[in-house]
Amino acid sequence: MSDRGFTPVAGLNPPLPVRRIELPSSVAGYAANLFNGFFEWFGSLGIFSWRVLRAAVTPPYEWRELIRQLDEVGSKSLPLVAMAGAAIGVILSLEARYTLSRFGAKSMFPATLVYSVIQVMGPVITGLVVSGRVGAGMGAELASMKVTEQIDAIEASAINPYRLLAATRILACILMLPLLTIATDACALLTGWFAQAMVEPLSFHQFIANGFNGATFSAFLPQTFKTAVYGLIIGLIACFQGMRTRGGAAGVGRAATNSVVLASLFLILADVVLVKFILVFFP
Amino acid sequence: MATAYDIAVKQAEPEQDSPAPFVVVEKVYKSFDGHRVLNGISLRVDQGETLAVLGRSGTGKSVLLRLIIGLDTPDSGAIRIHGQAIAGLALDRMGEIRKKMGFVFQQAALYDSLSVQENVAFPLEHHRRDMSKSERTDRVRQLLAEVGLDGDIDKMPSDISGGMQKRVGLARALALEPEILLLDEPTAGLDPISSAEIDELILKLQRERRMASVVVTHDLHSARTIAGRLALLNEGDVVIEGTFEDLQQSEIGFVKEFLKQS
Ligand SMILES: Nc1ncnc2c1ncn2[C@@H]1O[C@H](COP(=O)(O)OP(=O)(O)OP(=O)(O)O)[C@@H](O)[C@H]1O
Ligand SMILES: [Mg+2]
Repeated sequence: MSDRGFTPVAGLNPPLPVRRIELPSSVAGYAANLFNGFFEWFGSLGIFSWRVLRAAVTPPYEWRELIRQLDEVGSKSLPLVAMAGAAIGVILSLEARYTLSRFGAKSMFPATLVYSVIQVMGPVITGLVVSGRVGAGMGAELASMKVTEQIDAIEASAINPYRLLAATRILACILMLPLLTIATDACALLTGWFAQAMVEPLSFHQFIANGFNGATFSAFLPQTFKTAVYGLIIGLIACFQGMRTRGGAAGVGRAATNSVVLASLFLILADVVLVKFILVFFP
Repeated sequence: MATAYDIAVKQAEPEQDSPAPFVVVEKVYKSFDGHRVLNGISLRVDQGETLAVLGRSGTGKSVLLRLIIGLDTPDSGAIRIHGQAIAGLALDRMGEIRKKMGFVFQQAALYDSLSVQENVAFPLEHHRRDMSKSERTDRVRQLLAEVGLDGDIDKMPSDISGGMQKRVGLARALALEPEILLLDEPTAGLDPISSAEIDELILKLQRERRMASVVVTHDLHSARTIAGRLALLNEGDVVIEGTFEDLQQSEIGFVKEFLKQS
C-alpha cells in the first residue's frame, strides 16, 4: 500500500474544527433522533402486536407450525435450561450453607434453597437462557426470511405471515416458558440438595419435606406462571425485530442481537412489575 | 374498495364483450426515501393477455409487480384486480384476491427450510385442504414436470442451481391455478432451451386457461414470443406501450437505443 501513496487517508481525517462546531447541534440532533426512534419503535411494536393478535384469534389455525415451534422452543431448550438450573442449584446451595451457618440457622437450609430457586432464580435464569437461545434463533430466522423475500412469498401465496410465523412462535414461547421453568427448578433443587448432601448427610426426601413445609401453592404457582409473560416478551420481540429487518446479512445480524438484548432487558424490567404485582395479589 | 362509480361502470359493461380488465394500474406514483421510482404509471392487462414490461435495471419493474400484488402500496394512484381496488384491504381480504394470483420473485424466494417438493406443495397445503395427500403429491409432481424438473425434487433450494430455483418458483406460483400471473424475469439465468420451454409453458397457460400475465424481462426475444403487448419503462414513466412492431417503428430515441442494444 505504502508505495501507492496515502491519498485515501486524507478522506478519513476531516478537519477537526468543523467537528467541534457541529458538536452541540449534532448532540441535539442525536437526542431528537433517539427520541423519535424510541416512539417509532413502540408505535410499530403496537401495530405489530395488534396484527398478530387479530390473526391469532381468527381461523385458519396453524396447528402444524405451532407444534413445530413448541418442539423448537420447548424440547430443544430443555438441555440448556437443565444445565443452567443445575449450575445455579450448586451455587445457591454453597451460598446458602455459608450464609446460614454464619447465622447459626443451618436448619433453614432446605426452605432457603427451595425459596430462592423457585421464587427468584429459576424463573429469571430460564427467561434469560431462553431469551438468548430462542430470541436469537427466531430473530435471525425471521430476519433472513425477510431479507430473502420469503415472508413476501408467504404473503403473495395468500397466507397471513403474522398468523403463520409470528402467532405460532409467540404462543409457543408463552406455553413453554412455565414448563421450562419447572424443569430448571427441578434441576436446581436436585443439584442443590446433592451439593449439600456431599457435605452433610441429608436425605432427598427430608430435604423436600422440610423445604416445602408449610408452603402453599400460592407461594410458588404465580412465580412459575409469571414466566408466561417472559415468553410473551421473548416471542413478541424476536418476531417483531425479525420481521421488520431490512438490509441483507448485516440486518440479519442486527435483528438477532437486538432480539436478545431487548428481550433480556424488557424481561428484567417486566420482572420488577410482576414481582410487585404478585406481592399485592398473592400475599 | 370499489367505489359506487366503479361498480356502476362494471355492471354497465356487457360481460362477454369487455369484462373488467384483470389488472389495472392507474396513475401510480411510488417513491422510496424521497427518490421517485414510479412517476404516474398506467397499465392494464386483460384476460388471456400477456404484457411484457421492459426497461433498464433499476427503473422500478420489480416495484411495479410488488405493487400489483399488494406487497408495497403506491403513494398515490390505484391498483385494481378484477375491478376491485386493493388499497387498504385487510391482509385476510387481500388473501382472497391473492389466491387468484401467482407471483414469481426475481430471486425465486423459495422457502429455504423446505425441500423443492414441499415448496410447491406449500400453497396447496394451506389453501386446498380438500386435497388428499396423494392428490397433492401428484399435483406437485405434475407442476414440477411442467417446468421441466423431474429429478431433484427432494433437494433443498440451496442445493439446486439458480435457474432451477427460478423454475421451482414458477411451479409454486402455478400451484393454485392463478388467473393472473406476475413473473419477474422468469427466464433470467436460464439456458436458451429452458427459456424456450418456459416461454412455451406461459403461452400454453395463456391459450388454455386464458390467464393474464405481466412478465418483467430483459429478454426481448422472449418478450416478443409470449407477449401481445410490450411496455417500455424509463425513469418512472412508460415510454411506449404497444406491439413489438409498434416499438420497432417508434421514432423515440430511447426506444431505438433500447432495441438496438438488445
Ligand atoms: N424497499 C425499497 N426501499 C428503498 N428503495 C427501493 C426499495 N425497493 C426498490 N427500491 C428502489 O427502487 C428502484 C427500482 O427498483 P427495482 O427493483 O424495481 O428495479 P428493477 O427495474 O426491477 O431492476 P432490475 O432489472 O435490476 O431488477 C431502485 O432504485 C431501488 O433502489
Ligand atoms: Mg427487478
